[in-house]
Amino acid sequence: MTKSDRISLELGSGGRTMRDFISGRILPAFADPALEKLLDASHLPGRIAFTTDSYVVDPVVFPGGDIGKLAVNGTVNDLVVSGAEPRFLSLGLIIEEGLEWALLDRVLGSIRRAARVAGVRIVTGDTKVVRQGQGDKLFINTSGIGRVIARPRPEAAKPGDKIILTGTLGEHSVAIMAARGEFGFQADVKSDCAPLNFLLPFWKNGVLWMRDITRGGLATILSELAGDVPHPVLIEEERIPLSRPVRAAADILGIDPLYLACEGRAVLVVPAKKADPVLAGIKRDPLGRKAAIIGEVGGKIGKPGELILRTAAGGHRLLEPLTSELLPRIC
Amino acid sequence: LNASDRFRDKNVISALVREISDIRKGLGSACRIMEVCGTHTMSIHRHGLSTMLEDAGVDMVSGPGCPVCITPNGFHEAAIGLLTGRSDLILATFGDMTRVPTGKGSIQKTAPARGSSVKIVYSPDESLDLARAHRDKEIVFFGVGFETTIPSIAVAVRTAAAERLRNYSILSALWTIPPALRAILVSGEIRLSGFLYPGHVSVIIGERPYLFVAREFGYPGAIAGFEPADILLGVRSILRQIDAGRPEVANEYARAVKPEGNAIAQKIMAEVLEPADACWRGLGTIPGSGLKLREKTADYDSARKFGLCVDTAGSDRPGCRCGDVLRGVLSPPECPLFGSACSPDSPQGPCMVSFEGACLVHFKYKAAR
Repeated sequence: MTKSDRISLELGSGGRTMRDFISGRILPAFADPALEKLLDASHLPGRIAFTTDSYVVDPVVFPGGDIGKLAVNGTVNDLVVSGAEPRFLSLGLIIEEGLEWALLDRVLGSIRRAARVAGVRIVTGDTKVVRQGQGDKLFINTSGIGRVIARPRPEAAKPGDKIILTGTLGEHSVAIMAARGEFGFQADVKSDCAPLNFLLPFWKNGVLWMRDITRGGLATILSELAGDVPHPVLIEEERIPLSRPVRAAADILGIDPLYLACEGRAVLVVPAKKADPVLAGIKRDPLGRKAAIIGEVGGKIGKPGELILRTAAGGHRLLEPLTSELLPRIC
Repeated sequence: LNASDRFRDKNVISALVREISDIRKGLGSACRIMEVCGTHTMSIHRHGLSTMLEDAGVDMVSGPGCPVCITPNGFHEAAIGLLTGRSDLILATFGDMTRVPTGKGSIQKTAPARGSSVKIVYSPDESLDLARAHRDKEIVFFGVGFETTIPSIAVAVRTAAAERLRNYSILSALWTIPPALRAILVSGEIRLSGFLYPGHVSVIIGERPYLFVAREFGYPGAIAGFEPADILLGVRSILRQIDAGRPEVANEYARAVKPEGNAIAQKIMAEVLEPADACWRGLGTIPGSGLKLREKTADYDSARKFGLCVDTAGSDRPGCRCGDVLRGVLSPPECPLFGSACSPDSPQGPCMVSFEGACLVHFKYKAAR
């Protein structure tokens, strides 16, 4: 048996390899129309939205949060961006034998606080303990149920509609890298891990589409959008907000912030006429202070299906989904 | 605006492109500039300068300046041989090197013998730490680089010798840029109008090693930094030299490159290493284009320590044309494998692996029109 007969880390990177795996192996295995939409959460009869996510972040505690806060916010955010108000979560804990009680208590405290902030209740759960060496400290799965308040409609996007980014990119990835001491690199940066409930009211203002920016980063997520709208999508490098430490890490390590993961940022498509009021509304929330219009649907460059970056230098190039990355266990 | 913003500002850039376009109009035949360095290739495409320059009538062609790319597969195969043949070895190397495909697979896809392993490092220093921490293992640092990286590799060898780290050695693939430029010029295989010289390499070696390009061969050239404006300043300088009929070595990266280079780094390199003939992927053996450990530190040479015979060529994957890409005679999208059989997910050659490899750059940063 060679390595290609076995699963590699790339499969979980959030990039093309993972999408090929999902569409090639998972979807055909179950062939369910709700699953096949590949949305962050599935809309089910009775205006119910349902989602699930597993968390294996390493380290368990990182600047700006821990695996507990992440496990609540990640699932909450999947509901919010699919047009649902988060209501109930399940909590599955997979604990490695030998984990300190203090660490588990800390994580449970984070879960309680995060759930309160996000307005969700933990209503069912499960605990498993595996032998030392058969897990790594703590893994968590949360599933979430929400009440559907809107249906995303990316296909309705028209030329001139605006792309809004709710904040700076990449703090979560860079905080994790720094916390691991990878690349011999330190940075004074905290994860952006946060619940996106504050975006819910904007579904009523005509928002057409919303996604939280997790694995694969802004470029991967907007590439998927570009596949769903009948026009090219353009974003402008100089309008994309970046914090100083992320910019420095990107410059020094040669990584592209457009492919870095966040855990508390979203990107929205808003009809041209509504863009200014929606942006102003988002900026009123502390989590949206750095929000910006970073681009628009349509334009003279590119073809339908393409995501175009206008570089700060004024050139144009295509942005494609992340293919593979070497930063596993970021969430 | 901070410094890097200023060097990316679109008003500054469009003014420079206009100037380049104006000078270009006064010049006759095709204008084709080789950017020697892979980091330049990446910056040109990442910032979308390639189409802007094309529209101004200037073709940029990438050269042999990616150390991962020009290292022949024989080195990787020697490393794979060590990994599978010995049971006490940690092979430390840069991440890109582990993914280079050879006829015998890549380091990443090789199952090491029990007791041996691969460790990805980001600097030679980290490989020294491994040697200090694992006294019962042989640490082989598969070190590859140009003048930019070589000083830190030389320091690692010096440190290992000073600390008498007997379990440390270097499988070295060290290359120097100027002899490769001479080889390209002597071959006459490609028509060029000038050279954009690498900024980081020049920080170490200074301006003088390029003088022969202007004096013996009559080609203009400019040392340039890596921001968009840096690159355009370099291109403008080359066009001005063509226009004036006065080829020289211009330094458009004076904020980092001193005419004489970095004397301390040069001294350390000379102390530990000496020139040797070396075989480059695509370019073949070039006299004096490599560096090897001097006799007094030869104990730290993995090849000697383990009696390795590095097959200078090694086996390429069928159809891989990285060699032609590195000589500038083939543009990556012209390769029949590009984007089909060869992609970042399943690279068939090192130019699709290294982050500054021309094929990966063309794959990642496709121009939009």
